[in-house]
Amino acid sequence: MSHLKAAASRTLQLAFVLWAVVTMLFLMFRLMPGNPLAAYIDPTFTEEQQQALMAQFGLNEPLWKQYLIYLGNLLQGELGQSFRYREPVAERIMTLLPNTLILTFSSLIIAYAFGIIAGAWLAWRRGALVEKTAIPLVLTTRAMPEFWLGMVLLAIFSFWLGWFPAGGTRPAGANYDSLFALYTSSDFLTYLALPALTLAIYSQGLPLLLMRSNMLDVMKEDFVTMARIKGLSNWTVVVRHAARNALLPVMTSFAIAVGYQLQGNVVVETVFSWPGLGRELVNAVSNSDYPLAQGAFLMIAVVVILMNLIADLLYALLDPRVSHA
Amino acid sequence: MPENTMVESTRENIVTRLFKALRLPLNDPFAVFGLAVYAVFLLTAVFADQIAPYDPTEILYTPDYDLAADLRPGEQGHVLGTTSLGRDVFSQIVHGTRSALLIGVTAAFMVALIGSIVGLVSGYFGGWVDAVLMRLADIAFGIPFLPFVIVLAAFLEPSIWNVVLAMALVLWRDTGRVIRSQVLTLRSRGYVDAARVSGSSDFKIILRHIAPNILPLSFLYGSIAIGWAILTEASISFLGFGDPSSISWGYMLQDAFASQALAKQSYYWFVPPGLCIILVVSAGFFITRGYENILFPKLGR
Repeated sequence: MSHLKAAASRTLQLAFVLWAVVTMLFLMFRLMPGNPLAAYIDPTFTEEQQQALMAQFGLNEPLWKQYLIYLGNLLQGELGQSFRYREPVAERIMTLLPNTLILTFSSLIIAYAFGIIAGAWLAWRRGALVEKTAIPLVLTTRAMPEFWLGMVLLAIFSFWLGWFPAGGTRPAGANYDSLFALYTSSDFLTYLALPALTLAIYSQGLPLLLMRSNMLDVMKEDFVTMARIKGLSNWTVVVRHAARNALLPVMTSFAIAVGYQLQGNVVVETVFSWPGLGRELVNAVSNSDYPLAQGAFLMIAVVVILMNLIADLLYALLDPRVSHA
Repeated sequence: MPENTMVESTRENIVTRLFKALRLPLNDPFAVFGLAVYAVFLLTAVFADQIAPYDPTEILYTPDYDLAADLRPGEQGHVLGTTSLGRDVFSQIVHGTRSALLIGVTAAFMVALIGSIVGLVSGYFGGWVDAVLMRLADIAFGIPFLPFVIVLAAFLEPSIWNVVLAMALVLWRDTGRVIRSQVLTLRSRGYVDAARVSGSSDFKIILRHIAPNILPLSFLYGSIAIGWAILTEASISFLGFGDPSSISWGYMLQDAFASQALAKQSYYWFVPPGLCIILVVSAGFFITRGYENILFPKLGR
């Protein structure tokens, strides 16, 4: 019961955070210099479009009423009209979201698979020369600007060796019957490879270091000593007994990593012209397409907050000690 | 005169005490390497005008009055070649240390300062002050940082200070929380009680008895923030929201990327700025790690 209560209060807390971020966004875009209508209406919209948006967002009402209308519209998924694309922001965002999620999850899965195995191995080889050189090396990958890594990989594998295309998600002129057909085509994989690799190289440090330090903790536990005394092979001790138990906290960090990854996506998507939320946010801001910028930011924030919640709930579930904290 | 020397000696005392309170990690070879990197970059930034052979924004010409564009390293005496606009890459690298260190240090200072104040006030006073500040921290954790900086750029003039502002607004959260929990344990120590009973004001207790103990933590988070600030500035400049009039490593990378340096295989142009960023940021990480080993010897790994 207390589990449920703690989960409910955590959910409420994050609902509050979401509301605060939404409110902050409202104020930022209203209080910006210049015409207050500029957040929703582009001067080149037709008279009718302008009138429709005025009515829809209550732009001639007092600020507090506008705020309520804004919240109401948000709840219905109404984010206004993009200046550049002349289509509803919500639609635009929903077509970009899958691209961003595919990039994020494929890179994180590679990063976690590698990081978990390498981390466990390094913990096992504690004190060896490999371990002593590997750890600073991993820290160095965390110090790399992701977009720079993307540029170097592009220069080598795309422009020099010609193994991979330089950007986008599909060959010029290629058409697919459905999004599913695109995402399962082998072309798509060649386009995905470099950006996913870039993000994976950056992200493997977190699971690797976490796995390693958890393993070091677990290996000191009595049941591991016991397994050794029983005469079990090193492999059985490390994999069956230690790694299994060290793995749980690493898996919960996955949710947090998704949130961080979305931020890294912004630059990497730009380098590889990957049509995702991050690149759209950058383009929208450069083109003063305020509704789209607002929508893209909001979508990223929602995913980040949602992932924080999932991580919290998982922690509480796996480690009963934290549920009442 | 005696008054003067007394002031002098107490001042020196404070400086040495501060230095000791920082507890620089000098026994860890990686941390020492990090400190050495910082020292080299600091010197480069200070003497940039003397070290750089050209003005970083000057458009150069060859002796035959051609634009000195896309020269390879070593050609016409350019150590690292030139950009497509005929600017000297090496001079840009040297001048890039200035904006990197400037932004790194100011952002780190802001983050450490705001985080420490929030942590001290929140942890010491507790109650509703604590509740309000920690809810603010929750909100800050819900804001995706890089997108936030980009959105800020939509309203503000392009400038490297946007990054500092955004960091001050958002990234105090980690520092604040950690210092708060540290203050919570310090607050119940005997000497704090003793100070309170003997009539010290809250302000004095925080300043004299608690703040000195969290100084190493502030410094630790400050050194993490230096790396974050440099990486963020690089990203923001790369995306084109930086200050176009100041040369930074991020600006160089954006310039190279936009000028097709990748297709031209101009590694001499876009590899060095990246390496500089990695060197400075990882130097910060190594110092941080040395600190952690001192502050949390239990982690000792």
